[in-house]
Amino acid sequence: MPGKMKKILDSGTLFVWCCGTAVAALLLMVGGLLLLIMINGLGFFWPHALVEMTLKDGTHVLGELKEEEVIPYSETPAFPEGKTRVRLKIGNRDLYGLDFRWVETDQIASVETPQDVIAVERREWGNFYGRIREVTRDGQVVASGNLEGWKALQPLIEHANELHDEIERLQKDVIGDVNYEIEEIRLRIRELALQDQPQASEVVALQASTKQLETQYQKHVETLRKLSEQLNESSVVLVETNGREQHLAVGHIVNALRPNTMDAFEKILTYFTNFWSVLSQEPREANTEGGIFPAIFGTVMMVLIMSVAVVPFGVLAAFYLREYARQGVIVRMIRIAVNNLAGVPSIVFGVFGLGFFVYAVGGTIDTLFYPEALPTPTFGTGGILWASFTLALLTVPVVIVSTEEGLSAVPREYREGSLALGATKLESMIRVILPCALPGILTGLILAVARATGEVAPLMLTGVVKLAPALPLDHHFPFLHVERKFMHLGFHIFDVGFQSPNVEAAKPMVYVTALILVMVVILLNLSAVAIRHAMRKKFRSSSV
Amino acid sequence: MSSLIDALTQPSQTANHHRQTTETPMASSASSQDKEPDPKITVEAASFFYGERQALFKIDLAVPRHQVTALIGPSGCGKSTLLRCLNRLNDLVEGARLIGKIRLDGQDMYDPSVDVTDLRTRVGMVFQKVNPFPKSIYQNVAYGPRLQGMRRRSWLDALVEKSLQGAGLWEEVKDRLHHSALSLSGGQQQRLCIARALAVNPEVLLMDEPCSALDPISTAKIEELLHALKEQLTVVIVTHNMQQAARISDLTGFFLMGELIEYAATKVIFTNPSDSRTEDYVTGRFG
Repeated sequence: MPGKMKKILDSGTLFVWCCGTAVAALLLMVGGLLLLIMINGLGFFWPHALVEMTLKDGTHVLGELKEEEVIPYSETPAFPEGKTRVRLKIGNRDLYGLDFRWVETDQIASVETPQDVIAVERREWGNFYGRIREVTRDGQVVASGNLEGWKALQPLIEHANELHDEIERLQKDVIGDVNYEIEEIRLRIRELALQDQPQASEVVALQASTKQLETQYQKHVETLRKLSEQLNESSVVLVETNGREQHLAVGHIVNALRPNTMDAFEKILTYFTNFWSVLSQEPREANTEGGIFPAIFGTVMMVLIMSVAVVPFGVLAAFYLREYARQGVIVRMIRIAVNNLAGVPSIVFGVFGLGFFVYAVGGTIDTLFYPEALPTPTFGTGGILWASFTLALLTVPVVIVSTEEGLSAVPREYREGSLALGATKLESMIRVILPCALPGILTGLILAVARATGEVAPLMLTGVVKLAPALPLDHHFPFLHVERKFMHLGFHIFDVGFQSPNVEAAKPMVYVTALILVMVVILLNLSAVAIRHAMRKKFRSSSV
Repeated sequence: MSSLIDALTQPSQTANHHRQTTETPMASSASSQDKEPDPKITVEAASFFYGERQALFKIDLAVPRHQVTALIGPSGCGKSTLLRCLNRLNDLVEGARLIGKIRLDGQDMYDPSVDVTDLRTRVGMVFQKVNPFPKSIYQNVAYGPRLQGMRRRSWLDALVEKSLQGAGLWEEVKDRLHHSALSLSGGQQQRLCIARALAVNPEVLLMDEPCSALDPISTAKIEELLHALKEQLTVVIVTHNMQQAARISDLTGFFLMGELIEYAATKVIFTNPSDSRTEDYVTGRFG
């Protein structure tokens, strides 16, 4: 028997099997993770059917059927397999206090999927499930009854959404611009006051224009108020399944659907509409509803700024270590230090970023260049620039190591060939070695991007916020506002999943955000891989 | 063995004196130097060290103009080291050190006032391992001229054509100048490297076993090329192939363990060598 065992071991088959098993397990885990996120994330956009249950005590339950499970520890002699229960999303949070409800299966008298129920997505309080009693406009009943009301409601909702767009434009662009200018003038006045010889004439002129702007502001606010009033002109009276009435201004409705009457095509259309609105809209209701556009934007922006910072930094360091430095004990120690830097916990980088970038560098910038804004910090507080720099520090070892590998892969013959043609060392490096090392540099960038996109902890100390008032990119000079705070998909997941008051209702959002984060990482990586591929091809075959 | 060489090369006290007496130690092989009183390159008592290890021992050698000089010898004998000293490529090696003098047209190559990049444009090199850059054929040839600041497209075009013709490659690649150099065959790539070296218009071309990785047909083409190139410049070639040295060179130096054993007209080396070790080597008894 030992002989046989030895034979098996010697043949190496066992080892091959172990390797194969490891790879298979890995693939399963990765696949399972992606599958879980995709099922939960992509399912979120599908317009689910509404079921109406009549319970044995006579009450009704209306909502989306979510899951069915065996109640834990419910096995009794009468029910050897245990009782089961179903979970429904019943919405109507303002009436019931909760979005979800468990119903024990043996309490259900009947289940049906009525054709006339509607699902209303509201701007506040989540979804409403029920039927329409009547639609009113300025107190006058326009349509009564479920079907009539439904028909009358559609154009009203469309109109309300247009109004919302208009209001948002007014608030963000028009009033935002006025506020921006007023703030600029305020800072200018303060700056003049800080100077030794304040120029009275300029201050007076500035104050005059402030007055003018404030009048403009009042005018816009008035327009805004009128528009907001229009939102409340028409309203709808809804009835939930147990007969309670609910008055709802049409302005509070995002959309209304009758999922039980929709055919497959309509559902697919709704699916993509929902998907797009999550991608393009801003969050509502403490981030648990609405879209995640600012988070996507912030994530991509931060990764781009980080890439711009990390690549030159890492490449120059690698060039020095590999091409110029005398290979000896010191360089070896630097290499070890760089490699160890990659293993430092990311929160430590966060602390460093906060202490060095935000307080030291940012604080100095503020006292030197923005004294008029103090005590409000400009750069002396977390911002997308400092977050990006912190992540650049975090990922620079990867870029250094990959670039060094790329450089060592450049054949010695290229260097000598170039030098033998009368090139200096610098010329050889720029014209021959750097192009040859580019694929290696890009590999480093890909790894850096992959790491940076998913990093959350250091960002929480250096500039990420739950809700950013403005994107870091807008139409005010200098367009890119790197001092602003920003939103991030990774932080969004943490915030929505663990910091929101209504965790259960926010769960789909967590999966959706996770899915989109993964998609962003994959997209950023694929584009870098595509560039690398194009570059390698250029060096191998035809080129100009 | 080294004492013999030392004894032969002793009289080289000063540079001038040495130049006059270069031929005396090699009395048996002096025929070529008689014809060439003003050598292109003179190596005077050159010893070369890689750190502690000495690779060359007091080499004395004069390379005449417009001739092909072949350096032969077994692996590790120092012939490539000497070649790389001739355009100061050994400067790159950490701990490398040269004692003695190497002169190009009478001027000391290792003088601090010498611009190394300028020197390397005067002394071109073709390597054993074929090394065209991963760029287009055109960019490869134009690399050197561009470094020297040549930007005019029409000049570059003309120069690229001239250099490729000089390397006998023009007819084969004229329709695909902008294809990658790596798409060429090994022999074509080596001729491209020669064209690339010719494009900077060097006075001397150093070749480090240029044909060792090539097939016989490509080798024949490059050998043919050497005959033509000799008209314009001076060639120093390191080769392992004794037939090749006999075919192409005018003078041959035989190296053994870092020493120049014998340096004479090729005909003499291969028919009537004065040193028994040379005879053993060229007749294939060892090495």
